[in-house]
Parts: sequence; C-alpha cells; structure tokens
Amino acid sequence: MQPILVFVEQANGQIKKTSLEAVSEARRQADVIKTEVVALVIAEKADAFIKDAGSYGANKVVAVEGADFKEYLTASYTRATLAVVNSVNPMAVLFSATPNGKDLAASVGAELKISVIQDCISLNYDNGAFVARRPIYAGKSIITVKALKTPVLVTLRPKVFPLGATASQTPSVEKLAVSLTADDKRVKLKEVVQSGQKKMELTEADIIVSGGRGMKAPENFKVIEELAGVLNAAVGASRAAVDSGWRPHTDQVGQTGKTVCPTLYVACGISGAIQHLAGMSSSKCIVAINKDPEAPIFKVANYGVVGDLFEVVPALCTELKKN
Amino acid sequence: MNIITCIKRVPSTETNVRVGSDGKSLETSGVEYILSPFDEIALEESLRVKEKLIAAEQSGVPANVGSDVTAITVGTPDAATTLRTCLAMGADKAVHIKDADAYKRDPFAVASALASVIKTMPYNLILCGKQAVDDDNSQVGAMLARLLNIPFVSLITKLEISGTNALVQREISGGYEVLEVTLPAVLTAQKGLNEPRYPSLKGIMGAKKKPLEEKTATFDSATIETIKMEYPPSRPAGRVVGKGVEAVPELVKLLKEEAKII
Ligand SMILES: Cc1cc2nc3c(=O)[nH]c(=O)nc-3n(C[C@H](O)[C@H](O)[C@H](O)COP(=O)(O)OP(=O)(O)OC[C@H]3O[C@@H](n4cnc5c(N)ncnc54)[C@H](O)[C@@H]3O)c2cc1C
Repeated sequence: MQPILVFVEQANGQIKKTSLEAVSEARRQADVIKTEVVALVIAEKADAFIKDAGSYGANKVVAVEGADFKEYLTASYTRATLAVVNSVNPMAVLFSATPNGKDLAASVGAELKISVIQDCISLNYDNGAFVARRPIYAGKSIITVKALKTPVLVTLRPKVFPLGATASQTPSVEKLAVSLTADDKRVKLKEVVQSGQKKMELTEADIIVSGGRGMKAPENFKVIEELAGVLNAAVGASRAAVDSGWRPHTDQVGQTGKTVCPTLYVACGISGAIQHLAGMSSSKCIVAINKDPEAPIFKVANYGVVGDLFEVVPALCTELKKN
Repeated sequence: MNIITCIKRVPSTETNVRVGSDGKSLETSGVEYILSPFDEIALEESLRVKEKLIAAEQSGVPANVGSDVTAITVGTPDAATTLRTCLAMGADKAVHIKDADAYKRDPFAVASALASVIKTMPYNLILCGKQAVDDDNSQVGAMLARLLNIPFVSLITKLEISGTNALVQREISGGYEVLEVTLPAVLTAQKGLNEPRYPSLKGIMGAKKKPLEEKTATFDSATIETIKMEYPPSRPAGRVVGKGVEAVPELVKLLKEEAKII
C-alpha cells in the first residue's frame, strides 16, 4: 500500500502544533488503510523534529536539509516536496491549512496537475478514495468532496483534528539531497519582523476576545487586552474596528478576515453582521457583551450579557481573577 | 509595465447561503454578485503601481512607457458585468475567458486556462486576490505562477516596484516578512495592502468604451468532485444570562460549570 505523506511545518525551531495534529490524523488514516505514515521535514537541520514526528505516529521521516531550506520560500519548498513525493509515491499528502501549508500545497498541486482540497474539517477513506468535508463561503456552508486522482492533496484546518496518543517509537530516517535551480532563487527573504511580544495567532488560539465599533476608540482596547490577559487569549476585532484604524488588519475576524474556531469567543461591542458571523460562528462557545438587546450576535451567543461593555468587561476580569 | 489582475465574480458577502435543488451547489436565484473583495484589493494595487509609474515619468524619471492594467477572468457570461466594474475602477482593458461551467471548475483547471491565455499576452506583473470568498480555495495564484514558471509570493500587505524587482511584505503567523522578487511574478493580495477605490461616474461612463475581449480556453478535467453541500451544524438558540454587571458572576459560573471551558 502507498504511504501517507505529511508535511511537518516548523516555527522558531519547533514543530508547529497544527503539524502534530496533521501527523496524528495521518496516523489515524493509515491505521484504517493499513499503511505507513511518512513525515516530510524541510529545514536547515532536521534532527530536532524527527522525534516529535515519530512520537505522534510517523513510521519514517524523510528530511530535506540545508541552508537553502532555513526559511519557508514557496519555490524551494515546492522543489523539496516534489522530490520527496517522487521518491515515496504517496497516496495522500497532508499539510496544515496555515498560510505556508496552503501556499505549498497549491504550488505542489500545479506541478502534479491536481487541485488541492483546502482547509478540510474531516477526512475519510471510503471505497478506495478519499472523501473530505470543507467549509465554503467562510463557513456559511460545508461541502463534501471526493478526490478523483492520486495523490490526494489536502490541507487540514488547525484545531479541528485532535492530537493522537503519543507513541515511543523512533521513526526510521532518510535524508534526501535536493538542489535548487537558479529559477528557485528568484525570491529572496530580506527580513522577518515579529510584531511585538509573542503575539498569539488568532487561528491557533484557544480563546479569543474581540472588540468592535462599540470600543469607540483605539485606547479603549486596553479593556479587551486586560480580559485577554486574564484568559490567556488572543485579541481579535471586527472589520469596523480595523477600518477605523484601531486595530491592525491581521486582527480582523470574519469573511474577509480570519476564520477562527476557538473554544471560547468573547464578542464585545460587536453587532454580529453576517460577514463577522461567517468567521467566528464555528467557535465552540460564544459569549456576547452588547448594550443593544436586539443585536444579531445574541442569536448565536451561548451566553449573552446585555450591558455596557465598559462596565461588564472590567467586572468580568475582576470576577475571573477572584476564582 | 503591463500588469494583469485575475478577478472573480462571487456572490455578495451578504448572501444567506441556500443549497440548490441538486444538493451540491448554491441556489443562485436572488443572489447578488460582487467583485471578490481580495481581487478588488489586487486590482487597486495594480492601478496604484501604474499611477506611480506615470507620476515618476512625468517628473522626469524614465519609466516603462505604456503602462497597462488588464483585468482577466474565467467566468460565466454574466462575469462581463464584473469586468466592466474593473474597467470603471480604472483598468485599461479586460479579457473574458468565457465558460458556462466556470463555477464548477477545479482550481487547477482555472489556473491552467488563465495560464494558457496569459502566455499570449505581454506582462511584467500579475496580481491575484489571496482567495475568492465563495469557494475559499486559495490556490489559483500559486498554480498560475508555477504554470508560467515565474516567482510567487502570497498574502502581500505591501508592494514597492523598483526597476525589474519588487519588494513585498508578506503576512506570516505573528508578523511579516520582507521579500525581494524578480519580475515578472505572481503576487496575491491580503487585506491591509490598500483600501480599494470606488468607480467614479467618469470611470463608469468611460468603461463602456474600453476594450473587453472574449477568449476561449480548453479546461482540464476535474480532479475533485463535489458530492454534497450542506449547512453547518446549527448553533443552540442564544441565551441571555442577564443585564449589566449583575450578570457577571452567573456568566462566570456557567462558563465554569456548564460549558466547562475556564
Ligand atoms: C465585502 C464585505 C466584507 C466584510 N468582511 C467583514 C469581516 O471580515 N469581518 C467583520 O467583522 N465585518 C466584515 N464586514 C463588515 C460587516 O458588514 C459589519 O459592518 C461589521 O462587522 C460591523 O462591525 P461591528 O459589529 O464592530 O460594528 P457595528 O455593527 O457598528 O456594531 C457595534 C455594536 O457595538 C454595540 N455597542 C456600542 N457601544 C457599546 C458599549 N458601550 N457596550 C456594549 N456594546 C456597545 C452596539 O450596540 C452595536 O451592536 C464586511 C462587509 C463587507 C461589505
């Protein structure tokens, strides 16, 4: 049986949690199909990632190493992935639906002449073919699709696929030498800028506290930040708050912002327009704080508090700290 | 400098999605269509690049003469309306790869049709939206770059052209990267790159006289098949815990004991 290949993504020298989710899902699929999981590691030095990939279920790691692979660049990572796909001949290649995962999957897809099933929320092997479910219209609908060609290329939405049990097996390791062409070097990374202190990525956060137009001014977001601090949460915003220049574009949640599915989403001073709901309504629990009892956000909120956020949010901080 | 912007006609973001009678596609009756928001950002950037080059030329800096912005789509016959919107915003011409089945096409089929037509056109820069807001596929840009064998950068939030290079910022988890790209290249637009303009009345009038060329292309067969389309699981009806600060202790208790999330 052909193996399942899973792309392992790293950030600051560590495997991303979403990639461990992907390895875990590859393991579950492989157990059903009775095949092996091969992890693909592309890095300057791969050794640090091998153990983790193995402990979540990879039987084998194929590593492409070298200074050329220190940072993610579409062309070099595509070259490396294609070399490994040719070498292991997988039935499926799994990526995380992160910015780089989606970017790489599409680029590899073009070379293989296969469309990618992006942002899957479930995957099944059924009668010799992979069937996946994925949200469209920013989650306003879910489609079920079937892959008609192999390998199937899928990206898995972060935080949807659970981590598997850890095993103590050590995977076998193969290092594959891949050299780049001049064409692969036409994009050069000049600088990486991390914004501020360890900013939590919205799509990967367990808890999000968001503010909308009801915040009234940028400095008022300190109320939101305080609550986020107490809950160890990321801060999000509605488009109204972003377009007013109160928050950076990267904080926007919604159809033209980020699609998020945290365990808890706290919406403060957000009315709940259809485009905002599209991005956050798959959150497991939604809390809404809004002074307008008619605000549509209350229709989707598990728990709503009708009131002035400038009173309710600080009170919530105090109450949470008490416990 | 010839700039190509790939665009898509999509249902408005206001659309309440309804499943059609075939059980696997959108019920289109009563749906309004718009230029996909990220494509709108890509087109705006193309226009700004052109305007900067013209301004530089006027102030004596020799620039590439004949800057030209072309909007191109693989679209159903009614996508011509959306191309007219692009012309009204300021694109110089439009190319319509007409395809009655456009909404059912795979990303690879769309990218290869675009590539086959773009190959016959002069270009220095290609801008696309990071994803269309209907199928949320985010792959046509990356595929197009591969098919044309030119460099690719996704999710750009800043663009500066200098000669035959571009300096771009690209959004990454928790920050951004600065990259230098040789042109021609494909770049995909992320929110934050710019604020798109509205078409002016003069633009709308002028659009009627601008060239809109129709092309045909052959499409690769599908590699993914849609089996069904459903609604997301419905949420339990919302519940108001109470009013004002008095509701806070109850809220915290519910989050702890009922939802068990804190
Ligand atoms: C093409 C397109 C794409 C879009 N994409 C997005 C998107 O990705 N994300 C997004 O969010 N929006 C998006 N929108 C915009 C969307 O339609 C709404 O305009 C936006 O979500 C409104 O933001 P808001 O809820 O913060 O503001 P408003 O709708 O103005 O609501 C503010 C709320 O704050 C409440 N409030 C005010 N003061 C207080 C107070 N002191 N205490 C408590 N409550 C208070 C009010 O009662 C009100 O309900 C998009 C729109 C378009 C056309």
